[in-house]
Amino acid sequence: MTLLTGSGPAVCIGDDIDTDIIIAGRYLRTKDRRVFVEHVFEDLNPAIAKCLNGSVLVAGKNMGCGSSREQAAVALHDAGVLAVIAPSFARIFFRNCINVGLPVLECKDIGCRDGDIISYDCITGWVEREGKRFTTDPLSPKMNDILQAGGLVEYWKRRLVR
Amino acid sequence: MATLSETILGAREGTYTDRRVDRAFCCDGSGLQTKVIYDRIGAPGLASPGSLSIIYDHIAPANNSETAGLQAELRAFAKDEKLGFFEIGEGICHQVMTHGYALPGEVVIGADSHTCTLGALGAFATGVGASDMAGIWVSGEIWLKVPESIGINLSGTLQDNVEWKDVALTYVSLLGMDGATYKAIEFIGDSVQNVPVEGRLTLCNMAVEAGAKTGLFYSDKKTREYLAQFNKTVKDQIPLDPDYKNEYDIELSDIEPVCAVPHRVDTIKPINDLSGLSIDQVFIGTCTNGRYEDLARTAGIMKGRRVKVRTVVVPASRRDLMKALENGVISDLVSAGCTIGPPGCGPCLGAHMGVLGEGEVGLSTANRNFKNRMGIGASYYLCSPSTAAISALYGEIRDPREAE
Repeated sequence: MTLLTGSGPAVCIGDDIDTDIIIAGRYLRTKDRRVFVEHVFEDLNPAIAKCLNGSVLVAGKNMGCGSSREQAAVALHDAGVLAVIAPSFARIFFRNCINVGLPVLECKDIGCRDGDIISYDCITGWVEREGKRFTTDPLSPKMNDILQAGGLVEYWKRRLVR
Repeated sequence: MATLSETILGAREGTYTDRRVDRAFCCDGSGLQTKVIYDRIGAPGLASPGSLSIIYDHIAPANNSETAGLQAELRAFAKDEKLGFFEIGEGICHQVMTHGYALPGEVVIGADSHTCTLGALGAFATGVGASDMAGIWVSGEIWLKVPESIGINLSGTLQDNVEWKDVALTYVSLLGMDGATYKAIEFIGDSVQNVPVEGRLTLCNMAVEAGAKTGLFYSDKKTREYLAQFNKTVKDQIPLDPDYKNEYDIELSDIEPVCAVPHRVDTIKPINDLSGLSIDQVFIGTCTNGRYEDLARTAGIMKGRRVKVRTVVVPASRRDLMKALENGVISDLVSAGCTIGPPGCGPCLGAHMGVLGEGEVGLSTANRNFKNRMGIGASYYLCSPSTAAISALYGEIRDPREAE
């Protein structure tokens, strides 16, 4: 299960954050997911990693560009990020987040600062910063189904049982 | 009327569609992650093993025992499940797939972002992550949103020693790193029929660097001739008065040699602004520019001369390496002082075989110069093989139009 609504303090990052900078290529060859959390954002600013648990990650445009590595979405999910909000996403990263059960919301620049309390609702499609509400582009029914199941593994498990 | 994406996917732009996948492939890294997810799903079997391939290219050969062990696990799985398997040294997944596997009109999905390369053959080809690939293993299908399309109109002819890579870097700069996000790019115009398949592959390869879902060329005589080498007979795709969201015009004779400067692919400078910049290493290869034609152009410039900096050349596939051997290209490159790596991705993803050290400057024919990607604390400039070749001879960035 993934919660499609929630709230938490913002961690803000810039535009065009690529998946190499989320988790570097040198850490990808393992089945141990803990490695991805251990090295998340290592080349950007390792201090960010300590703030991720329970946070809402607020990124600039083109979030998650570059490599298709799903480990980038896994790293953020397993580090405890509740949701990722950005004005635009690189499409593979967007899909990967949904597939690992990490809510993504596409929303114009909400002018966020680190620590601002951010609430979100993927079903109705909104984000709130310090009480101010912004509407977001709704996800497709299938994306919501996958997300609600907790990711593609659970989604397929349920379908195969049926 | 309809864009090529709409025609292949059989639905209008903006529509969500569940589409059967004609061809799906993983590399060594994404393949292992896909297998982990497939095992967790616990499906009774693969939906369509004949359409699935695994190609060892990213860390090939393995760099240490841990990687080797993981690769052994995936290799055994591929054998047991009768997946198409391409061993180390066969080449980069995207290049291998051009060898008669990805065909015009097909839906081709790869667990690698540069899968858009295969749009050069008129396929709808795009990259996904490991879970989506596991979903294809389980069901044979994927959900896709039919993209809006951008038209890039090519006219005129390139100057000597200006390459398709220069055109690719120029259009990515024109669009920006997110200029084509969620969209497809179709290459059209009077000059498309003159773009060789290797150039089409370079142009489509970099579509993802502008955020695009894929880049596409309509299949034509050149596509037919290319695929005929692999005993594939294909039909031409005829543009159906497509409706583009935006159109960009590129006059090829205006294109100059350029480099993308650290650390953004969409930030380019004309070669004249960089001339004389000292470099520590040159890398020629990747799914952007490791094909036979790229190696041959490099050798043409280097023949009988000697490189001044260490120069790593990695052919895109065994086939490209074989052709380069048969035609004396490898001999010219080795005589000039180049180091030849086994076909595959080489140092491109920053895991092995020529990553740079802190403070070093590299010149590369790859597609990404992200911070730290090919070496922590290093800087990378991206360019064409001709620019890389002449620069290697001087140990500094030089204009390829100076080459004799």
